[in-house]
Amino acid sequence: MPAVAADSRPQLARKARLRTDRLTGETLLLYPEHGLVLNDSAAAILRLCDGRSAADIAAELGAPLADILEFLSVLRDRGLVQT
Amino acid sequence: MSPRPYVLVAELTYRCPLRCAYCSNPTRVDDRPALPTADWLRVLDEAAELGVVQVHFTGGEPLLRDDLEPLVARAAELELYSNLITSGLPVTRDRLAGLKAAGLCAVQLSFQAARVGPSAEIAGVDAFARKLEVAAAVRALDLPLTVNVVLHRGNLDEIEAIIALAEQLGAERLELANTQYLGWAYQNRAALMPSAAQLDAARAVVAEARDRLRGRMELLFVLPDYHGDRPRTCMGGWGERYIVVTPDGRALPCHAAHVLPLAFPDLRTQSLGSAWRDSEAFQKYRGTDYLAEPCRSCDRREVDHGGCRCQAFLLTGEATAADPVCGLSPRHDLVIAARAAAAEPAPPLTLRRLPVAR
Repeated sequence: MPAVAADSRPQLARKARLRTDRLTGETLLLYPEHGLVLNDSAAAILRLCDGRSAADIAAELGAPLADILEFLSVLRDRGLVQT
Repeated sequence: MSPRPYVLVAELTYRCPLRCAYCSNPTRVDDRPALPTADWLRVLDEAAELGVVQVHFTGGEPLLRDDLEPLVARAAELELYSNLITSGLPVTRDRLAGLKAAGLCAVQLSFQAARVGPSAEIAGVDAFARKLEVAAAVRALDLPLTVNVVLHRGNLDEIEAIIALAEQLGAERLELANTQYLGWAYQNRAALMPSAAQLDAARAVVAEARDRLRGRMELLFVLPDYHGDRPRTCMGGWGERYIVVTPDGRALPCHAAHVLPLAFPDLRTQSLGSAWRDSEAFQKYRGTDYLAEPCRSCDRREVDHGGCRCQAFLLTGEATAADPVCGLSPRHDLVIAARAAAAEPAPPLTLRRLPVAR
């Protein structure tokens, strides 16, 4: 599989849903049989996976592109993000 | 303070068109009427209040209830991630579309084998072609698909074909669940027990496929605890993460807990919150205080809580005993003896029937 690149347009996989936890206010990423509690930066990245490019996400968040690409690659390998 | 439940397992009915010999449903239950829709809706509300974020609609076959749609819709309102766990019978494309419109998040479809013959043998019904159609309908509706296959001596050698089938069906996730010997599977243990060589070969195939399919299909291989020497952390701990609600409205910490001599809270008269926090049944084996030796002083006690309470009771008659699958259990001999069945010709299967009243 090619690496996630600056011009990749990541989107949440069909099986993955983001929501706010009603007890803690944290952002949860839910998928079959699992859930992840996201930290603020992970939540911010995934909330921007709406069809814009990884470079645009990095620009929007003022975060290093390399960090964004690494995070998205991990989630793509887990089938939670599609590019 | 009580832990927080994350998952509600809603067993909507024990009725099922299939008769799988490894079914995890109880073989005996109390003779009580089904929980009405209004109570199920309340249970969903109360589950969300407690912190539950995932609900599995299961059974038996949940599609046999005609109120599945309003239950899925309520789960969606509550932002619960809803999974339909189904045999695929009886369902039409229209009904699946309606469930999706109601907010269903994902479908888990069972297969028994990669071919018609062995599927029908273990399920008592020829449903293979029908399941292929259901998988195609799930994908056509763009719903996420998990394929679930219970593994045993009769299908482990076909694991490559099973993985290929799941790929061909476009599944996002394949659950290869080695049989856990509870419910009907316990009755059929000798017939289902695989050899260590079968398991080793299957494990190698799965490891290779997992690498090849990374990012496309998630592969889960539920370990065969009878062939290990340390127990599973059953249900993530008793009363720690899961609540099972039975078709007649009892709350249980585990779907197999019927075998234990406990009075399980009745959700017709008690809230889910009170059942979770205060009932004797949920508190009984929570944490590790109840453990006897060798678990009490074991450095893994916080990891696995001594294994499965139901299995400990089923095999030794003592619910607080070490799960005999553990090599440190004084009754590990029971498991070693059970493994030996794999070397013998398989006895005839006893196909599942509806649970009978105690």
